[in-house]
Amino acid sequence: MALFRTILLRLLTTTITLFGVAVIVFVVIRVVPGNPIAMMLPPGATDADIARLQALYGLDKSIPQQFVIWLTGVMHGDFGTSISLRQPVLDLVLGRLPATLELSIFALVIAVVIGGFMALTGTRLRGTRVEAGIDVANGMALSVPDFLWGLILILLFGVLVPIFHISGRISPSIDFPFMTNFYVFESVARGRFDIWADLLAHMFMPALALAIPLAAIIGQLLKQSLKETMHLDYVTLSRTKGYGENHVIVKEALPNAVLPTLTLIGVQFTFLIGGTVIIERLFSYEGLGNMAIDAVVNRDLPLIQGIVILFALIFTVVNLVVDMTYAALNPRLRHA
Amino acid sequence: MTGFLSIRNLSVVLAGTPHRLLRSVSLDLPAGEVHGLVGESGAGKSMIGKAILGILPRAIEIAEGEILLDGQDLLQLPPAERRRLVGKTAALIPQDPLTALNPSRRIGPQITDRLVDILGWKRAQAEARAVELLAEVHIPDAPRVMRSYPHELSGGMRQRILIASAFAAEPKLIVADEPTTALDVTVQKQILRLIAEMQSRHGTAILFVTHDLGVVSKVCRSLSVLYGGKVVEETEVRAFFRGPKHAYSAALLAATPKYTDPDTSLTPVPAEVIAAVQAEVEAADGEWRHVR
Ligand SMILES: Nc1ncnc2c1ncn2[C@@H]1O[C@H](COP(=O)(O)OP(=O)(O)OP(=O)(O)O)[C@@H](O)[C@H]1O
Ligand SMILES: [Mg+2]
Repeated sequence: MALFRTILLRLLTTTITLFGVAVIVFVVIRVVPGNPIAMMLPPGATDADIARLQALYGLDKSIPQQFVIWLTGVMHGDFGTSISLRQPVLDLVLGRLPATLELSIFALVIAVVIGGFMALTGTRLRGTRVEAGIDVANGMALSVPDFLWGLILILLFGVLVPIFHISGRISPSIDFPFMTNFYVFESVARGRFDIWADLLAHMFMPALALAIPLAAIIGQLLKQSLKETMHLDYVTLSRTKGYGENHVIVKEALPNAVLPTLTLIGVQFTFLIGGTVIIERLFSYEGLGNMAIDAVVNRDLPLIQGIVILFALIFTVVNLVVDMTYAALNPRLRHA
Repeated sequence: MTGFLSIRNLSVVLAGTPHRLLRSVSLDLPAGEVHGLVGESGAGKSMIGKAILGILPRAIEIAEGEILLDGQDLLQLPPAERRRLVGKTAALIPQDPLTALNPSRRIGPQITDRLVDILGWKRAQAEARAVELLAEVHIPDAPRVMRSYPHELSGGMRQRILIASAFAAEPKLIVADEPTTALDVTVQKQILRLIAEMQSRHGTAILFVTHDLGVVSKVCRSLSVLYGGKVVEETEVRAFFRGPKHAYSAALLAATPKYTDPDTSLTPVPAEVIAAVQAEVEAADGEWRHVR
C-alpha cells in the first residue's frame, strides 16, 4: 500500500537524519575546548581526581568508542547521565519538553492569528492605505529578530507599562499538584482556569516575541497568494453567482492560497522552535532551550547531546505533520 | 422595441483616463433569443459581458450609460443588491473550463452553492436539481461526478458542468464568453450543440461572445459587430449573411472560412477598411470628449 510505503520511507530517512545529527554533535562538542569535569570540581582538585571522574563518565576513551557506548545506551532507552545535574538525561529532557512545546504552539497560534488577520484584511482592502500600512508593519516586524522583539517587549510591557509577566512560567504563589508538565493543557483539563490564565499571562510576552517575525512572514506570503488567486477565473465566476467580496476571499480564494503558506509555516515553525533557546533564557522560562544554554555553559556533554537529538526529532515530526496537512488540504495530492 | 436586456450608450474607460474601451454601446436582446457579439481580438466583446455581470477589472470603470435587465437599470442599484440580482437572473458560461472551477472544492457544491446561498433553496432540493441538470448535459453517474474534484474530470466534462451550473437557477440571461475556444475541435461541436439544446429547452436569452462567424450562423438570431469598442453594425443573422451593411462587417465576413467550403482562399480584412473604421470610431470620440 502506498501510504504504508510512504511511512516506512519516512521512518528510514528520519533515522538516518537523526543518526547523522548525533554523529556531528557528538564529535563537535568533544573537539571544542572545555572540560566538563574540570568545571565541576572545586579548585584544587588533583589531576588524579579529574582522571578518576573522567573514567567514571567514560570520557577517557576515544571518541568512536564513546559513541558506540552512547549509541548502545540509546538503543536501550538510556541517554546517559547529566554531568552537571546528575540525573538521567532522558528524565531531564522530557521534563522540560512540555514547557517548550506549549510555548512554541502558543507562539504559532498567535502568529497564525495575527498573520492571517493581516493577510485577509490586506486583501479585502487591497489598494487602500490600510494595505500599505500592513505592508509597512510587516516589513518592520521582519527586520527585527525575535530576541530583539523580546527585549523590546520586556522594556515596553515589563518595565514601562508593567501589565504582563516577563519572567518564569507560573506565579510562585500558585501551588498546584500538577500530574504532567503540560501545565496549560492540564489546567484546562482539570478546570482550573485561574491557573490557566496565569500561565498564559506568563507565556504571552515570550510567545509574542517568537510570533512577531513569523506573523509578518505569514501575513506577507498569504496576502500575496490571496491577491494572485483573486484574479483567477473561478473567483470571478463566483462573483457572478451573487457572492460578495468577503465570501469570495474566504471560501474561494483562501483554500487555494493557503497551500504555499502552509509549507512555509512548517519551515518557519522549526526556526521558531530554535528561537526558544534564547527567548526562554531572556524570559527565564523553564524550558528545554533554557536548559540547553546551561548545558552548553557547563559542557554537560550527555545533556547537550540529548537536547540536540530531541530538537532534531521535533523538527522532523513538524515537517511530517506539515506534509500530511498539505496532502489533506490539497485534493490534487490526496488521490495521487 | 426594448429587449429583456437593453444596453444604452454604455461607455467604459480605463480609470483616470479619457480612453474608452467601449464607445456608447447600445444593444437589445429580447427574452429567449441568442445574440452574437463578434469582432477581432481586443474589440471589447468580453468587456460588454463583464459590464453586465459586474465583473469589470478594477482598473476599468463605467463612464456613462444604462444596463437594463428586465427594465431595471443595474447601474443605479447599490452594489450588494445589484450583485444578488445578477446572481438570480443572469449567469456566465466562461471560456476556459480548466480554470473556471475551484480546484479545492467538489463539483456538487460548485453547482448548488448559488441555489442555496443566493436563492435560498434547501440543500437537498438543490442537490436534486444538480442531479437533474447533470443528466440534461448528458453526464452519467451524477452522484459520483458531484463528489469529484475538477482535476479528476476532462475539459469537455468540466465545460458541461459549467453549463449545467449556469442554467441551474433558471436565469433569464446567460453570457457565454467564447465557451468553446479552449476545447478540442471534436469537443467544440458537441458543446455548441449542447448550449443550443439547453437554450431552447430553457428559453434563456444568451449573449454569445465569439470571433467565429461560423458559430454565429449556427446558434444566433441576431448579432452585433464590434470594432474598437464600438458597435459598427447590429442586425439579424439572416440579413447579415445575405449582405452586411457596413464595409468592415463585409470584410470580416469575407475573412471567415466558409462552412460549406473551408478550403477557399481567404481575403484578410484590407488595410483601407481598417483605416476607415478606425477613423469612424475615433471621430465619435471627439464628440464624446466634448460632451464630457
Ligand atoms: N484589465 C484591463 N486593463 C486595461 N485594459 C484592458 C483590461 N482588460 C482588457 N483591456 C482592454 O480592453 C479592450 C477590450 O478587451 P476585451 O477583453 O473585451 O476584448 P475581446 O473583444 O473580448 O477580445 P478577445 O477576443 O481577445 O477576447 C482591449 O483593448 C484590452 O486591451
Ligand atoms: Mg474576450
